[in-house]
Amino acid sequence: MKYAYYPGCSLKGTGRAYEESLLAVFRALGIEFEELADWNCCGATSYMSVDQLSSYALAARNLALAEREHKDIIAPCAACYLVLNKTQHYMHDYPEIKLVVTRALSAIGLTCDGHTRVRHPLDILLHEVGVPAIAAKVKAPLRGLKVAPYYGCQIVRPYATFDDQRNPTSMDQLLAACGAKVINYSSKTQCCGASQKGTLPEVGLDRIRRLLSEAQAEGAEVIATVCPLCQFNLECFQEEVGNAHHHISIPVLYFSQLLALALGASAKIAGLQRCLVPVKRLLTSKEIAYA
Amino acid sequence: MPETSNPSAANRETARVGVYVCHCGTNIAGTVDVKALADYGASLPGVAVSREYKYMCSDPGQALIQQDIRDHKLNRIVVASCSPLLHEPTFRRVLNRAGINPFFLQMVNIREHVSWVHLDKAAATQKTKDLVRAAVRRVSLHKPLQKRQVPINPTVLVVGGGIAGIHAALTLADAGKQVYLVEREPTIGGHMAMFDKTFPTLDCAACILTPKMTSVGSHPHIKLWTYSEVVQVEGYVGNYKVKVKHKPRYVIDDLCIGCQECIAACVYKEGKTADEFNLGLSKRKPVYLPFPQAVPQKVVIDRETCIEFKSGKCKKTCIEACGDRHAIDFKQKESFEEIEVGTIVLATGFKTFDPKRNPYYGYGRYPNVYTSLEMERLINASGPTNGEIVMRDGKKPQSVGIIHCVGSRDANTNRWCSKVCCMYSLKLAHLVRERTGAEVFNFYIDMRTPGKGYEEFYDRLLDEGVHFVRGRVAEVSDFAAHSSEKGKLVIRAEDTLAGFVRRIPVDMVILSVGLEPQADAQDVRRLFNISCASEGWFLERHPQLAPVSTFTEGVYIAGACQGPKDIPDSVAQAGAAAAEALALIDAQFVEPEPYTAFVLEGDCSGCKSCIPLCPYQAISFLEEKKKASINEVLCKGCGTCVAGCPSGSIAQNFFEDEEIFEEIEGVLAYA
Amino acid sequence: MNLQRRVKFEAERDHEFAQWISHEVGGEKLRHCLQCGLCSGSCPLSLYMDYTPRRLMYLAREGFKAEVLSSLSIWLCTSCYACIVECPKNINITELMYALKERAIQEKFYPRRFPVPVMAQQFSRMVRSSGRVTESWLIMRVFLRTAIWRLLGMGGLGLKLLRAGRMRLKREKIGHRREIGQMLDTVEATRKELGA
Repeated sequence: MKYAYYPGCSLKGTGRAYEESLLAVFRALGIEFEELADWNCCGATSYMSVDQLSSYALAARNLALAEREHKDIIAPCAACYLVLNKTQHYMHDYPEIKLVVTRALSAIGLTCDGHTRVRHPLDILLHEVGVPAIAAKVKAPLRGLKVAPYYGCQIVRPYATFDDQRNPTSMDQLLAACGAKVINYSSKTQCCGASQKGTLPEVGLDRIRRLLSEAQAEGAEVIATVCPLCQFNLECFQEEVGNAHHHISIPVLYFSQLLALALGASAKIAGLQRCLVPVKRLLTSKEIAYA
Repeated sequence: MPETSNPSAANRETARVGVYVCHCGTNIAGTVDVKALADYGASLPGVAVSREYKYMCSDPGQALIQQDIRDHKLNRIVVASCSPLLHEPTFRRVLNRAGINPFFLQMVNIREHVSWVHLDKAAATQKTKDLVRAAVRRVSLHKPLQKRQVPINPTVLVVGGGIAGIHAALTLADAGKQVYLVEREPTIGGHMAMFDKTFPTLDCAACILTPKMTSVGSHPHIKLWTYSEVVQVEGYVGNYKVKVKHKPRYVIDDLCIGCQECIAACVYKEGKTADEFNLGLSKRKPVYLPFPQAVPQKVVIDRETCIEFKSGKCKKTCIEACGDRHAIDFKQKESFEEIEVGTIVLATGFKTFDPKRNPYYGYGRYPNVYTSLEMERLINASGPTNGEIVMRDGKKPQSVGIIHCVGSRDANTNRWCSKVCCMYSLKLAHLVRERTGAEVFNFYIDMRTPGKGYEEFYDRLLDEGVHFVRGRVAEVSDFAAHSSEKGKLVIRAEDTLAGFVRRIPVDMVILSVGLEPQADAQDVRRLFNISCASEGWFLERHPQLAPVSTFTEGVYIAGACQGPKDIPDSVAQAGAAAAEALALIDAQFVEPEPYTAFVLEGDCSGCKSCIPLCPYQAISFLEEKKKASINEVLCKGCGTCVAGCPSGSIAQNFFEDEEIFEEIEGVLAYA
Repeated sequence: MNLQRRVKFEAERDHEFAQWISHEVGGEKLRHCLQCGLCSGSCPLSLYMDYTPRRLMYLAREGFKAEVLSSLSIWLCTSCYACIVECPKNINITELMYALKERAIQEKFYPRRFPVPVMAQQFSRMVRSSGRVTESWLIMRVFLRTAIWRLLGMGGLGLKLLRAGRMRLKREKIGHRREIGQMLDTVEATRKELGA
C-alpha cells in the first residue's frame, strides 16, 4: 500500500533531518510513499487560534487531496498529525463543521468523505512493519546507547490511536529493537512549551529546563523526539538552560535518525550533520557506526 | 392448568356485565363525559347495569358494585378508571367478597391512557367508549382462574460473610430459622475485619466485629461453610435447590482446634508468599490462619505454595506437630453438597478500585504510595508492622498526603461517588496524626459527611491541624523542582480555594480508592437470576421503596453489593433483608398471579422451540410423552413462548387468543 | 496603596458570552464542571497564568467576558491537551481555549505588541497568501512587530541553523494558491449564511 507522505512546513526547514532520516528508513523497510502533491499548511495551533472553521477547511484540503489519490496519509510532525486527525473527527461529530468544510472543498472541486486514515510513522513502523521485522534488518546496533524517549503531547493526546495515552511505549520498543538502552523518562509526555520560547521566552525556558534536567538526571546520552518543534526547543537552548553550576549538553535526535543509523545508514543520510549539539564524539566513543 | 382454549359459547350467552365508570374527582370527569360513557355502556349487548360514580375505589364505591352483583345477579364486571396497577387488587377483592371469581373483572384505563393525555374532550370520550366496548366483549370470555399457593421452605441461604451477611444470618437464626452462611474466604469478617478503626466513633473494628463473628460460629441455627462457594441454583421462590462447593483446606474441620502448632513447625522458617489479608505487605507460610480472630479458627493449607503438593517430598513437620489430633489431610478433595432453601440473601460486598488505572498517581512505581486499605493494615496492631506506621523503605513518614476520589466521580473510571471515602480519609488523617505527629494534607473536591455524627467528626478533624487543600490531584512524582523536594514524593494540585497551583512534598501518599462491584458480580448475578444495574451493582427492585429485594422473588440483596455504603447502612440493609425474608417465611406460602402459560398437549409436536425462549427456564421436556411442559410457579407470564410456538400449542391464562381477538374486534367495531 | 472596590452586579454578566461558550466545540459539558482543579494541576503552563484554566472556565461559563478575554491564560495555552485527558467530566478545555483566542483576536482584547496573538496572526496571514509557512520569515515578522531587539539575540542561533541547512530563506508556496482564497471566501460566506 502506497502512502501519501505529508511533511508539513517544518520538515522542509528546521526539521529537515527528520524528513531525510525518515524517508531513508521507509526506503530501507520497503514502505512505499509519495509526497502529497501540492499539500498546504495544516494550520497547526496558530491558525486554529485565529479562525477555527477556516483552519478545519485548510486542513481538510489535504485530506481531500489524499482521498483523491486513494492513499492514507503519513504525518510525521506531531502538530500536523493532530490537526488532520482532529479535522477528520470533528467533521464527523459536528454537522456545522462538516457543512462549512464540505462547501469550501467543493468550491475548489474536492470532496472529503472521512475515510482517509491519518497515521504517524511510529504507528506504521510498529503495526505495519512490526518490531521483529525491523530488528531483523538492524545492521549497526546502537550498543546500549542510553536514550530518553520523548513523545511530547500531540501524538498521544487527545487521540491515542496507536499507543497508550499516559504511558506510550511505541518509540521505546523501536529503540530497544535497535539496540539502544531506553531509560525511564517519566516526563516523556510533558509539553515542551511549543512556540512559547519564541513568544514568551521565560515560560518556554521553564518547560525546556524541566525536560532537560530530568533527562540528564536519568543518565540519558541522547533524547529521541518525534516532533520538529520539540526537537528545536530541546536542542537549541541548552546553553541558556544550563548555567555556571550546571552544564547541559545532550544531543537531541529524531527517533528516525537513530533508526536510520541502526539500519546501516551513513551519518549524512541520517542527517547528523544538521545537529546543533554535536553528536559525533558521543557516537564514535560508543563505536556506533559513524561513516 | 391445562384446559382447552375453546371458549364455550355458553359463556357469552350467560354473561351479565356490570359497567362502572369512575370520575376520579375531576381527574377523569374533567376530560371525559362520564355520564355519556355510562349511558353508552348501558346500551351494549350483555350489559345489565352501567353506572358512573365519583370515586369507584372508595368504600361506598366498592359497596355499590357488591350490591349490584347481588341485586342484578351480575357475573362479569368492567371498571373504567385508573391504571390497574393501582386498584386491580381492590376490585378483585370486591368480586371475591360478592362471591364471584375475582378474575371475572376487566379494568379499562381511562385515566393514564385517556384523560391524562388528551385535550380534545369529544375525541377522548369517543376513545373511552371504544375501550369500554372492547372490555365488555372480552370480559365475557374470562375463565374462572384460581391462584395457587406455593409453600415456603423456612431455611435461608446467606451468601457472603462480611458484616452484612453476618448480621442477616444472626437475625434470621435468632428468629429460629435454619441458616446456611456460605463464604468463599477461609474466614468470615469481610472487609470490616481489615479495618483498624471505624468512623465516626473510632470504635476498633475487630472489637465490635469479632463478638458477632463468634456468635455466628457458635450459633445452633447457623451452618457456617467457609472456603465454600455456590456453584448452582435451581428452583423458585420458597423452593430453591442450591449446590455448594467446599474447597479443600487440607485440614479436617472437626479435628483442627486452631492451636497453630503446624504453622510454627512448617519447614518454611519464614513466610515467602504475599499475605492476602495484609494485601501483600507481609508474607505468610503455605499453612496459615488468615488473621488471629478468624472464624472458624482453623488453619488453611495453600496448595499453590506448599512443598508437599509441588514435590511430594516434604518432611511434613506440620503433621508431626499436629500429633494425636491428626487434623491434616493432604488427600482432601473438593466436595459438593446440595441444600434446599426457601429464600436467599446475597451479601457479597465490594472490591476497591485498582489505582494502577490512574498511572499519574504513581501506585506501583513509587514504593511509598499506598491504598487506603493497605494503610488500614499498616495502622492495625495485628498488621504487618504491628501497628507502627513504617513505609516500605523502612522509614517513618514525617509528612503524609491523602488523595480523595481515586477512581470515583470520574468519567474516565467510575462515575459514582463511593460515599465512604471522605469519611475514611478523615479517619486516616486523624489516626496518622495521632500515631506519628506527621504533617497531614488531605486533597479533596467536596467533603461528604452526611451520616449521623459525621459532620461532627469533620469538626473534630478541623481542630487537629490537618491541612485541607481543595483540588483534585493531577500528579504524584519524585521529580524535584525545588531543593526542598529532593527525596520526596511531590503532589501537584491546584489549590482551588486559593487560586494557584501548589506542589507539596510528602514522604508518604495514601490513595483513597473508591468502591466497585466485585469482579465476578456478573457471574454471581447470573447464578442467582437477578440483574445488575448499568454500573455493575446488584439491582434492587425499586431504588426508594424496595432497596433490598430484587425482581426475583425470594432473593434479597444487602450491603455494599447493592451500592457503595458504610457499615451502619450495610447492617441496616442486612436487617431489612432478613426481615423481608422472615415476612415471606411467616406467610408460609406465596400466591403468584395465575397468568401462566400452559401447553395444549394435544397440539404440541415436541419440537422444543419454546424451551430456549423462556427467560425463567420454566419449560422442560417430558421425555416419555415427547411434549413440552411448563412449570407454573417459575412461569412469570411474559408470553414469549406463546408467541414463539410455531404450531400455536401454548396458551396463556387471562391472555388466550380468543380473549385478545375479542378485545381487538371490540375496539375496531364502530359505535 | 491602591484600594480596589470589587463587587460584581448581575447586570454586568454577559449572558450572550455565557451562552456562546456553552455552544462552542468542547463546551457541551461545561455546566458539569465541578471546579475540581485537575485541569490546572495538570497544565504545564498554569504556573504562569493569571487565571488558572479551572477558574477561567468558570468565569467564562458565568459570563465574565472582559476578565476572560483579557486574561493572559488563553495565550499561554500551548494546546498540549493534558487537561482533558484526566478531566472527570470530559470537558474539552483546549478547544474552548481556541474559541476564546479566536474571539479575543476578533474583538481586539489584547495589547498590540503581545507576541502570542501576533504570531498567530502572522502565521495565518502567511498561509492565506502562500498556502505554506516559511519559518524564517515568520520569526522575523513576529519579532519586527513585537520586540525587534530580540532578532539580534537570535542572530547567533539563526546563523547556526543556516549553516546546518535548517533555515530556508526562499518563500514556500503551493502551486494552486488561488484555491486557498476560494476556500476561505466560501467559509466566510457559509458562516454568514448560518448566522454563526
